[in-house]
Amino acid sequence: MSVALVTGASRGIGRATAHRLAEQGYDLVLHGHGEAGVAEAAEALSGKFGVTVKHAAGDIADPATSKALVRLAFETFKRLDALVVNAGTHAAGMLGMTPDATVERLFAVNAAGAAYTLQNAVRLLARAEKPSVVLTASITGTHGVAGQAVYAASKAAVVGLTKSAAKELGSRGIRVNAVAPGFIATDMLDTLDEAGRAERIADTALGRLGTAEDVADVITFLLSDQARFVTGQIIGVDGGLTL
Amino acid sequence: MTELQRLRDAFRTALDLPADATVDDLRYQDNEKWDSLAHMSLVATIEDEFSVMIDTDDVIGMSSFDEAVRILGKYGVDVK
Repeated sequence: MSVALVTGASRGIGRATAHRLAEQGYDLVLHGHGEAGVAEAAEALSGKFGVTVKHAAGDIADPATSKALVRLAFETFKRLDALVVNAGTHAAGMLGMTPDATVERLFAVNAAGAAYTLQNAVRLLARAEKPSVVLTASITGTHGVAGQAVYAASKAAVVGLTKSAAKELGSRGIRVNAVAPGFIATDMLDTLDEAGRAERIADTALGRLGTAEDVADVITFLLSDQARFVTGQIIGVDGGLTL
Repeated sequence: MTELQRLRDAFRTALDLPADATVDDLRYQDNEKWDSLAHMSLVATIEDEFSVMIDTDDVIGMSSFDEAVRILGKYGVDVK
């Protein structure tokens, strides 16, 4: 049985991904920022699919959180086949109007948190037969967008992390890819007003916001053996969004 | 087999050294076979052998055989 660790699994893309993986028979280690949300997700997936689901809560910006997650995977399953580095936070703000604390938090969670998670998991992953990692970047990190410069920069860090890790870890058989979602109907879009949402939809070729499941399906594909010759790629899941 | 013998064998296996090689005085990068890539293999071998998960700080700090003994002690493995 394969084991996957998913960060940011309480809701949105992380939860949808955990759902898809449980559906496919993966045993899971789930992370959430708060205990209640991730505990509920773990119980729901375990009950529905009969897989073993462990969970832990904590701030992913603290390296101790990802260390504890990997240790939980090791102590429970002795293995880790798939890693989804998804925990993230969003804040919009014009340059010159973004508080220092927001800048620090965006980088702490989205960039440093992703690096800590990957770094702490890599040695356990390396023992798996076909290990694979998918990180959640953002179309803003690959294309840039006005009004979200700092968020975009923190997600651009994820792009660099992904490409470098793919090159560094390929020789050890670990594939590393990222998805770059466009505008997805999750809690993170709550920071956009209605006019902003309408504008994003108008900019999307397929004429709708994406769903968490739209992204989860691409993540699970990238984790699967069907993507066995794919590494170092940033796959847009954006409905044809043009920024 | 004692814990000490198991650790010596882990070093010999991971660093591709002869079965009778002396490893107790090995230091990171002093031996040509103990480079950064071999270090990751060594840590994985030790983790497998003793069923522990070593923190990144300890991976970085494992600069000699003696340090490996000390670090394993932190994880409840008494190497004697």
